[in-house]
Amino acid sequence: MPELSYREAVRDALSRAMRDDEDVFIMGEDIAEMGGSMGVTQGMLDEFGPERVRNSPISEMALAGAAIGAAMQGMRPVAEIMYEDFLTLATEQIVNQAAKHRYMSGGQLSVPVTFRTQGGAGWSPGAQHAQQLEAWFVHIPGLKVVFASTPSDVRGLLWSSIYDDNPVIFFEHRTLYGIKEDVPDELEPIPLGEARVHRPGEDVTVIATGRLVHESLAAAEEAEQEGVSVEVVDPRTLQPLDEDALVSSVKKTNRCVVAHEAVTRMGFGAEVAAVIQYGAFDWLDAPIERVGAKFAPLPFAPVMEEFVVPHSRDVLDAIYRTVGRSNGSDGN
Amino acid sequence: MAKVEQKGTLSKSDLREFFREMLLIRRFEEKVEERFRAGELPGFLHVAIGQEAVAVGVCRALEEGDIIGSTHRAHGHTLAKGTTPNELMAELYGKLEGCSHGYGGSMHLYDIERGNMGANAVVGGGLPAIVGAALAFKFRGEPRVGVAFFGDGATNIGTFHESLNLAQLWQVPAVFVCENNHWAESTPSWQHMPIEDISQRAVAFGMKAVKVDGQDVEAVYKAARRALEHARGGKGPVFLAVNTYRLVGHYIGDPQVYRSKEELEQTRETQDPIQHLRARLELSDDEVEEIDREVQEIVDTAVDFAKSGTDPKPEDALKNVYA
Repeated sequence: MPELSYREAVRDALSRAMRDDEDVFIMGEDIAEMGGSMGVTQGMLDEFGPERVRNSPISEMALAGAAIGAAMQGMRPVAEIMYEDFLTLATEQIVNQAAKHRYMSGGQLSVPVTFRTQGGAGWSPGAQHAQQLEAWFVHIPGLKVVFASTPSDVRGLLWSSIYDDNPVIFFEHRTLYGIKEDVPDELEPIPLGEARVHRPGEDVTVIATGRLVHESLAAAEEAEQEGVSVEVVDPRTLQPLDEDALVSSVKKTNRCVVAHEAVTRMGFGAEVAAVIQYGAFDWLDAPIERVGAKFAPLPFAPVMEEFVVPHSRDVLDAIYRTVGRSNGSDGN
Repeated sequence: MAKVEQKGTLSKSDLREFFREMLLIRRFEEKVEERFRAGELPGFLHVAIGQEAVAVGVCRALEEGDIIGSTHRAHGHTLAKGTTPNELMAELYGKLEGCSHGYGGSMHLYDIERGNMGANAVVGGGLPAIVGAALAFKFRGEPRVGVAFFGDGATNIGTFHESLNLAQLWQVPAVFVCENNHWAESTPSWQHMPIEDISQRAVAFGMKAVKVDGQDVEAVYKAARRALEHARGGKGPVFLAVNTYRLVGHYIGDPQVYRSKEELEQTRETQDPIQHLRARLELSDDEVEEIDREVQEIVDTAVDFAKSGTDPKPEDALKNVYA
């Protein structure tokens, strides 16, 4: 079993798809010689050449739209949007075009395009290079949304996204690129819409995405020391959402914390909380807790950034609140 | 619809066929206005009266396999690209038999089998996808061209500039047909563009740009033919700056408070592409009447077809969200 970093796992999925299939190509800003701003596509230019590892101008509307147009002709483009903040520039094309062509055509078209993007706080990029905007896209019928948190997940989910016949917004987290995991030689596709239980537990379910999966696992370890057994579940695909897996976990533990790095208010976690309260109302022994960023743009100064985004201690505090302990500070 | 055999040259019978097709679009659009005013048609409707020669001239120059992307003013392009009047009218009535099966409507007309990749209700929204389609043709070595229709108003939006830049940079087989009707909805060119010669915008990207009289279908056809050959031959995209006139309001019911009746009258008298072609072909009243009767009948049949079409079930709204 080779050990792959999250970064290498993304590259591995892209490269395998491109070796197998001439319809797959990648395009994006600085992805060729430079290998992408996060180094994800390093070396791919040498293997696949400049036609299929296509550097684009800084031009998100055309980049996104051209990927959509190629997909409508049956290709399977993977467009890299360098920072998810720049999805805002491509949003018209993604929301009005990619998400709706199949619908508006009455089912004549499919748009098998994947938009890879990344973001996340933790290194002071400031307010325009670290947002978590997944909640914008889960709200749009016609889009699928993936947020992978481990090397094996990112590889298997990216493969499935490339081969899904719908537009997929594929979120990666900047701080996860370096984490490593043993993965099988053979790439195992992970179906979209299937949650992963990272850690079984009895007392509280933490439903977390992206970086917060790891923060939640750390919090769960600590809680374990205090005798609180925590189950950590990563939905992995935010749209479609594996509601059954989330609800059945909470029916087992009777308590729920939802954790993501994006701002709490109106976040993805709000929808998850609604799903849980409806699906497991009679099983809940405590209000559902939400953990996320405070309602502010991401600040530059490290002390402020640290303050705004959630960490394992915030998850831990939330876990304790659900079991009626007050070991921590107030959450948000 | 039969393609013109002798490329680049047009016989009198070819032009007569163009005349018939333009008149069909005109009568179709007039019928749409009539049925809208009768309260039968939901939604927004933008008719292409005055711009028929652009749709017919360009679409007749296309080869099998070429694709188009259209705009909110799409009925003419859609008919010219081969969608039947029945299927188009049924779509305007929101019927399952419509070319978008009732999911699209006037501003979202699709006919993938016939190479119509969709009309777009976001001004400039369809241009990037045409670049991407053309890129796919280039990747696969297919001798196909992607054609984007759009208006002068679209040349102010970012997608236009980004698309032309990318198309020229990547030398994809695309033709950009700018239907400059001098109005962006109700706003005249002089209020929305700081230049008069719209082709300069393509020249700025190093793109081959050609100016065309959009009220002369033969000129449009010939220019489109050359542009398509250029693009198909791998020589890069072409911009057609087509000068045309919208002889009606922006939408059906537009009171057109922004232009004088005199100006509109004068434009109608001097810039009607159908009258131009009629004069050029020296068609007699009898000949025109005969063609007119034929196309009117087609349009009436389309209305009957549409009205007797199948309404979607309300819950059909939940289909086709995902593949």
